[in-house]
Amino acid sequence: MRQLLRHGRYVLTENRLTLGAFALLLVFVGLALVGPWIAPYDPLATAAAHKLEPPSRAHWFGTDHVGRDILSRVIVATRLDLAIALSAVALSFVLGSVAGACAGFFGGWTERVVSRLVDTIMAFPLFVLAMGIIAAVGTSVVNIIYATAIINFPFYARLARAEVNVRREAGFVEAARLSGNSSARILAAHLFPNCLPPMTVQASLNMGWAILNSAGLSFIGLGVRPPTPEWGIMVADGSAFMVSGEWWIAFFPGLALMLAVFCFNLLGDAVRDLIDPRRRT
Amino acid sequence: MLRMIGRRLAIATPGIIGVIVVTFLLNRALPGDPAAYFAGPAATRQAIEEIRVKLGLDRSLPEQFALFVRDLARGELGTSLTSGQPVLAELLARLPASLELTLCALLFAVAVALPLGILAAARPGSWIDHLTRVIVTAGNSLPIFFTGLLLVYVFYYLLGLAPPPLGRLDPFASAPRTVTGAYLIDSLLMGDPALFWASARQMILPTLTLGVAVLAPIARMTRAAMLGVLSSDFMRTARASGLSPATLLYVYALRNALLPVLTSLGGVFSFLLGVNVVVEKIFAWPGIGSYALEAVLASDYAPVQGYVLMMASLYVLLNLLIDVLYGVIDPRIRIET
Repeated sequence: MRQLLRHGRYVLTENRLTLGAFALLLVFVGLALVGPWIAPYDPLATAAAHKLEPPSRAHWFGTDHVGRDILSRVIVATRLDLAIALSAVALSFVLGSVAGACAGFFGGWTERVVSRLVDTIMAFPLFVLAMGIIAAVGTSVVNIIYATAIINFPFYARLARAEVNVRREAGFVEAARLSGNSSARILAAHLFPNCLPPMTVQASLNMGWAILNSAGLSFIGLGVRPPTPEWGIMVADGSAFMVSGEWWIAFFPGLALMLAVFCFNLLGDAVRDLIDPRRRT
Repeated sequence: MLRMIGRRLAIATPGIIGVIVVTFLLNRALPGDPAAYFAGPAATRQAIEEIRVKLGLDRSLPEQFALFVRDLARGELGTSLTSGQPVLAELLARLPASLELTLCALLFAVAVALPLGILAAARPGSWIDHLTRVIVTAGNSLPIFFTGLLLVYVFYYLLGLAPPPLGRLDPFASAPRTVTGAYLIDSLLMGDPALFWASARQMILPTLTLGVAVLAPIARMTRAAMLGVLSSDFMRTARASGLSPATLLYVYALRNALLPVLTSLGGVFSFLLGVNVVVEKIFAWPGIGSYALEAVLASDYAPVQGYVLMMASLYVLLNLLIDVLYGVIDPRIRIET
């Protein structure tokens, strides 16, 4: 553990960019936790007298077409955006690792069913499948999470299957079986922990993508419903004003989105360096 | 070659069946009673029952699935509720707009990313390598709708270089006679350079938006593949035999590095088909993505289903094409299969 911490400090300080990304992550997490209390204005309060104001002292990020303060909305939206991405990644992590690990361990029909499922999902362009799912089950926050989790599922299932499969006949598994452990216990206590490092790397590299995906769904109107503050919707709100020069409505939420994704992508690389130094590029 | 295509089609079949089953299930997962929905709010109970029988909803699920497959085999994808037109005809009328955009974006991305990746691998640590790294990292983080809007703001509003983001042609121009449906090609076939320029101008920003989004994976893959090939033994032998650096790089190394790049193009194309929706929304592009999006927002499911099916079939076709290209680039694969 101490060694891991020391290695972690090395990874963080060796690369300035990683350190910056880590600081940025802390900022985002902080905003997600206390956002509603530090936002200067009510994110939903409209003010017709102050609509479409460019960034100023009073409104750092300007105001939108109904006079809502964009800074407050960007801050408050952090929690929702991160929560959606985190839940989607967690869900596909759990489902994918259980399905993939069972497929790799038991083989036979379990493996056939899981690989068919994975192949079927991968036969669709993933964003199109997400659109189809949402069109069928309706637009709501929970459904975006499900849709994002489903299109991410194949990556985790494949990885878990491969990792379990190569260790299925390993000596320590044989030893565990000979000392009387059940299959379920071998899988859960002996094999699964061995899959965790690559799975963690996959999850952290996946976070940024999940944020982009759910924001994209919201942007095209298939996600969070207005007036809830959410980065994708706020960019969509501002898109009509881009052609008339009111750039700040779409710019700041888009910037927040970009920074968040950038931060998670860099940290994903850092986690990979930390856990699996051989895959460094 | 034909045998290989046949074998590939056989491998792709389970995937296609899976696609059809999933689309069918999604259709049945629609909330509420579809018959009541199709009949409209003012319908009597009898009218709803009639529609239920007409749609085959009174039968069992396997029977409904058989009907669904029969209709698909006949090319019937149902009718759109909002326009009353057959979905297949509407999709086919709009497909060229989307394909033209997607292919232009892919061409642009490959034309920029391939040289970048090659040069970055040929001179590791040089400024071009760093530039590639910056582009790859940034490209992975840019939300595509954000880049699209920024491009519109800078090139339309600030600089006035680009036309307004309102579709394939400005409202005063009339569309070329439809031959392929791609305005760029049709206007050339008509011999109308002004029209060609007009549609090319409309294409530039959407193409850039889509292209920038997929630059990153192609450049990264090219760089990694080239690095791998450049350090291999046969390259050392070729270099020791006194071949010129250009021959080494572009003939010996590139051809071997192209295979993994081609594989990654499959994923890139899938991504492009998906984000087409977003770009079509920003630029009011009358393609199938915006058509499907309108249908989703109007809870008109038949067009959405047709769209999902069409996208999945396009993707399967593209993977087939990639496999054929594999054989062209590397004849060993053709012999083995």
